[in-house]
Amino acid sequence: MVPLQAYLTLAAFIFSCGLYGALARRNAIAMLMAVELMLNAVNINLVAFWRYGPNRDDLAGQTFAIFVIAVAAAEVAVGLALIIAIYRSRKTVYLDEIDLLQG
Amino acid sequence: MNPIFDLTWLVPLPPAVACALIILVTNRNKSLSSVIAIAGVAVSLVIGWAVAFSAFVDHDLAHHPVNATLFSIPTGLTDIDVGYALDPANALMLFMVPFLLVMIFVYARGYMTFPHHLKAADFPEAHAEGKDPRYSRFMAYISLFAVGMLGLVTSNNLITFFVFWEIMGLCSYLLIGFWFEKESAKKAAFKAFVTTRIGDALLFIGMMVLYIVSEPSSLSFADLFSEDNLYELGRTYANLGFREVTWVSIITFLILCGTIGKSAQFPLHVWLPDAMEGPTPVSAMIHAATMVSAGVFLLIRMYPLFDRALHLTSTSTYLVAGVGAFTALFAATIAMAQWDVKRVLAYSTISQLGYMVAALGIGAYVAALFHLLTHAFFKALLFLGSGSVIHGMEHGHEHAHAHGHDSGADEHASGLIQRPDGSLDPNDPQDMRNMGGLLRKMPVTGWTFIIGGLALSGFPIITAGFWSKDEILAVAFEENSLVFLALAIAAFCTAFYTMRQMALTFFNRGRTEAADHASESTRSMTLPLILISFFAITLGWIGIPAAFPVLGPIGNNWLGHFLEPFMEVIHIHVLHPEFNVVPLLVSVAVALGGLGLGWLVYGKGLPPGETDPMYRAMGPIWQIFHRKYFVDELYDATVVRLSNFVSSFCASIDARWIIDPLVNLVGKAGVWLSALAAAADHLLVDGLVNLTANFMRWCGGVLTHLQDGKVQAYLVIAMMVLGIWVVLVGMPIVLTLV
Repeated sequence: MVPLQAYLTLAAFIFSCGLYGALARRNAIAMLMAVELMLNAVNINLVAFWRYGPNRDDLAGQTFAIFVIAVAAAEVAVGLALIIAIYRSRKTVYLDEIDLLQG
Repeated sequence: MNPIFDLTWLVPLPPAVACALIILVTNRNKSLSSVIAIAGVAVSLVIGWAVAFSAFVDHDLAHHPVNATLFSIPTGLTDIDVGYALDPANALMLFMVPFLLVMIFVYARGYMTFPHHLKAADFPEAHAEGKDPRYSRFMAYISLFAVGMLGLVTSNNLITFFVFWEIMGLCSYLLIGFWFEKESAKKAAFKAFVTTRIGDALLFIGMMVLYIVSEPSSLSFADLFSEDNLYELGRTYANLGFREVTWVSIITFLILCGTIGKSAQFPLHVWLPDAMEGPTPVSAMIHAATMVSAGVFLLIRMYPLFDRALHLTSTSTYLVAGVGAFTALFAATIAMAQWDVKRVLAYSTISQLGYMVAALGIGAYVAALFHLLTHAFFKALLFLGSGSVIHGMEHGHEHAHAHGHDSGADEHASGLIQRPDGSLDPNDPQDMRNMGGLLRKMPVTGWTFIIGGLALSGFPIITAGFWSKDEILAVAFEENSLVFLALAIAAFCTAFYTMRQMALTFFNRGRTEAADHASESTRSMTLPLILISFFAITLGWIGIPAAFPVLGPIGNNWLGHFLEPFMEVIHIHVLHPEFNVVPLLVSVAVALGGLGLGWLVYGKGLPPGETDPMYRAMGPIWQIFHRKYFVDELYDATVVRLSNFVSSFCASIDARWIIDPLVNLVGKAGVWLSALAAAADHLLVDGLVNLTANFMRWCGGVLTHLQDGKVQAYLVIAMMVLGIWVVLVGMPIVLTLV
């Protein structure tokens, strides 16, 4: 049986990829995808902890993962809509060019 | 109890409403204002007479006088019950006061024409209307005055009594100074106010003492005149330092001072003659019939105290009798040597008030109240008559002007003619030397004035003045021969100066063009004269002594029977003077003798340019009378000068020496300190504030670089913060768990 640490390592790797993408990608859509990566890394953790947890009758880990997927879908919908709106007005999706709130 | 008595408290209200209406609503419409004022007092008259006549026929009232509380004012330990009282004494006042008020209001409606001292050009509208420019204001003032008098009469306690008393004092001031364009009127108003204030202040002290020493502490008449309280006041002594006196004599002395001020008794009499500067209806109402008699009414109201003092033979009652008798004689002699038609009456008023005070000083309660009533009627009559004469003279003067009867030079010679018996202004409508023969020109005024004059001199049997004066003399004859002597001589002088006045004014020939062209006054002025003269004759019948031959059993001394049960209720000893023919004969003799001598001296008239026959006979003594015993000069030289000196001394302290310099010093110091504070502000406070602001701006400038608007930069910062947190906080926690 695959040990728990393997899952956690995978999840940490995916999370780090996501974090890197969110911090470093110029393209807003890519950044959104990176955020999705981080969320799914978390989902892996949730499900893994449920599977290796003491009480498998309690479905909280899975339920939470489904919640996160649903919220992520909504988030992507809003995020994409925002990006399209920004693109329409500023003709760019590069985050370093979108700095209207510069102090 | 008769339910009509419950209406007593309404009596002072209608004039109050009228006064408010005139001031707030109708003051632009002069005629309407006067109608409202008359309507106000007329309603009071209806209510007042309904109450008064019900009281006259109610035999139970004397034994159970009405004393009702309308509301209470809580004052610390005790409550002041404000309400109304009705008893035989003030029922009589409710008969007299509203009637005279109505008469005088009606008279004033006609009297207040455009005054001669004003220029028509200044008040074109009022002049075109022929009315005084402040006609409505006058009506409001006299209505307010009516409130004061009626309220005073119906009060059931000393506090409201005093409040109404002061309302009248205020109205007196306002009305004496009504024609304030005249310097003399302004001064007279001031003099009246200040002089009466002395008496009022002492009266107020008396009230406070009475409140403190009474048991229970109260100023309601019913409480004050309980048997126990009167007994205690007469028994307990106050230590004055040099001697011990009973409280009752201290209190009665202070109350007497109030009367001396209000009723113009010596030595505070000086304001009343000057008060004649006011319009004549005011003289009639305030300074003859009602307000000045309020002082005597105060004595009557507080008489249980005086009666107690009298039976303790306390000095204060000798003072009452002495002040009254002296004033009666003193003022009567002055009145013999005056030329101004209103001033004669003013001194006559002082003299007659002295009669009443003297009567109260010797215990003649009924007689004093009787004389108060009759005097109010005939003196109001005389004043209104003299006002009518003055009006007639002014008309005559204008008439003479208009038709050029006089040569122009003489006409406008307004300079005074110096005469040994007093300087004479030939245009003065009030100087009796300018009059004469007016009976033919002004018959109604003339005959009613003669009726009033005969009543004043106490013409036997037919006039009211005879009966009341005779009753005072009868008591004085028994009680105190000195007072009797003074009053008898005063009565002689009264008859003499009254005849002098009537002869100089109405008989023989006119001494000036104005007198020859005088005309009768309007109906609104003569009608009140006729109505009042009815009472000037008949009112005496209510008090004919029962023992008087023939007439006595018919009249049966209604007044005495009406008042005596009440006097017993409020613990006043009832006097029953034996019928004695001596005072009666004396009273008849002085009246007829005075009138006769007056006719002998002045009956032939006073040819123009000739001095007063009495002046020729008496010389310097007449001058003393004419100059009023130099009391005014004495006061000017002492009290007025002293107070002027003190005032200017205080003014110097104030303006030159201490207060102003101090204030200026404080002011300058303030300015200097402010300059200092301003500098500190600029340098220190402003500097600090600016420093703070600049620092904050610099910080902002630095920090603004952090906010570059780039989302990923924010995320980096957030991650860094998270990392720092993990290192500093999270790791130690994990390590402790491990």
